[in-house]
Amino acid sequence: MTCSIPAVSNGAPLLDVHDLRVNFVNGRHSTPAVRGVSFQLGREKLAIVGESGSGKSTVGRALLQLHPAKARIEAARMQFGDVDLLRASPAQMRAIRGRRISMIMQDPKYSLNPVVRVGEQIAEAWRSHHRGQHAAAKKRALEMLEVVRIREPERLYQRYPHEISGGQGQRVMIAMMLITEPELVIADEPTSALDVSVRLQILALLDELVKARGLGLIFISHDISLVRSFCDRVLVMYAGRVVESLAAGDLDRARHPYTQGLLAALPDVDQRRSRLPVLQRQASWLSD
Amino acid sequence: MTLSIDTPHVGAARERLARCQRFAARAGHFLLRMACNPLTAIGCGIVLLLCLTALFAPWIAPYHPLVQDLDNALSPPGAQHWFGTDEFGRDIFSRLVWGARITLYIVLLVSVTVGPLGLLLGVAAGYFGGKVDAALMRITDIFISFPSLVLALAFVAALGPGLEHVVIAITLTAWPPIARLARAETLSLRQADFISAVRLQGASPLRVLWHHIMPLCLPSVIIRITMNMAGIILTAAGLGFLGLGSQPPAPEWGAMIASGRTYMLECWWVVTVPGMAILINSLAFNFLGDGLRDLLDPRSE
Repeated sequence: MTCSIPAVSNGAPLLDVHDLRVNFVNGRHSTPAVRGVSFQLGREKLAIVGESGSGKSTVGRALLQLHPAKARIEAARMQFGDVDLLRASPAQMRAIRGRRISMIMQDPKYSLNPVVRVGEQIAEAWRSHHRGQHAAAKKRALEMLEVVRIREPERLYQRYPHEISGGQGQRVMIAMMLITEPELVIADEPTSALDVSVRLQILALLDELVKARGLGLIFISHDISLVRSFCDRVLVMYAGRVVESLAAGDLDRARHPYTQGLLAALPDVDQRRSRLPVLQRQASWLSD
Repeated sequence: MTLSIDTPHVGAARERLARCQRFAARAGHFLLRMACNPLTAIGCGIVLLLCLTALFAPWIAPYHPLVQDLDNALSPPGAQHWFGTDEFGRDIFSRLVWGARITLYIVLLVSVTVGPLGLLLGVAAGYFGGKVDAALMRITDIFISFPSLVLALAFVAALGPGLEHVVIAITLTAWPPIARLARAETLSLRQADFISAVRLQGASPLRVLWHHIMPLCLPSVIIRITMNMAGIILTAAGLGFLGLGSQPPAPEWGAMIASGRTYMLECWWVVTVPGMAILINSLAFNFLGDGLRDLLDPRSE
């Protein structure tokens, strides 16, 4: 697990996580979800891929300490800029959440409050950090809606979440998370609830915003081919561990059998195969 | 490269007008559906009638509710006195009409105080969990384990008789079910994605509770309060009957029954009429609450 590639940007990394462990404690029984994950992130696009239950989302949520109280988060180091995330007080965490790190969630259907107008939800994100500036918040929210290419911001501002489409919902979500101009965005499968054509638009939008604003992006996904074209670096997780970490362009040269298996299981347009190989898991991956 | 499938842009004023129209249509539809259920319509009608009676009591009541006329004491119902007179010759119909004010005063004041109290405690217990939850819920359990009338009796006895004290006592006995309801709703909302989304924008717990959880708990709490109103009427009448509510000359329905008890065998109307008033009104509030639940509960469809 020492194969981590140093961050692309020079200078101190934006985020430095070393030996992150998350356990879900239930009485005396404890279930490990993340077991010793280390990575560094600069101003780049880092992907975390893996199968369901491999702990990718748990890593993202652990960074923001969004887990319920029964999750125990331990790490040798969890440094974000000048803040030690492990020792931050709840008030410090609130100042970081949204303001400096924000997270785009999976399904806009569930991540927008059904009884609040979407515009107000975007404005609220800004107001959480700028007290009492109602007019400014609305103006910023409308600007943000334009940035995410909503055609009639004024109109959409007044809508409720059930009145907008999935693609619009995810744009609203992105607007909501970027309005505070964070330094790091965690995108937790932001496109898995969308259909293919909308997915590409959302990704292009995200890519553009990340480039324009010089953000760090952690892109959590299970779609390895998507990640290969979209991200700079890839962490492959299996059963709560990083089994391999490599540049997105080097995915073909993956050494770990799990990554090779994942790639081999992808269908290919050029090479017809009568049957795709099934990934054979080995018990040794859990321990070494 | 936008995908928004919007109709062409219309002016902001047009948009606002359309919104108002939509709101009016929705409200009309709501009332229509309420009227379609006969029981709800009856309940709603009676409650409305009660409100109007209380509002226009001085114009509706033919006699003064407190002025005694000993010559006409205990005269049976007739053209002169629709519901007869009591032992001091006061017109029972007039007293009923004025008593509607007292009943409505108690019901409204209790509802207004009990809602926020129960909601606050329940939402806080549900959202923070752990020790806060344990402490608040044990207090709720203690309150809930007394019969509410006995507890109200104890509070009024401690505070002294009087209308305001009745309101306080009933409030103190009526909040636990609402707190439990609000807590249950909060528990189901707490792990919702949109609450996580708000939290990871850096919202403080207070903001999350006030802006996002409370509004979503409100419908069920309102329904619960409407259903509770019948119980509030009964408790108020019970306290009045025991002489702990509003004091003698005031035309409180429970107190009217209590004073008429002595003449119950010879003069049936002295007890029956206020008794019927209590019965009909608590029934009406129950119908209204049931109807509202059918309409507002999102799980019923």
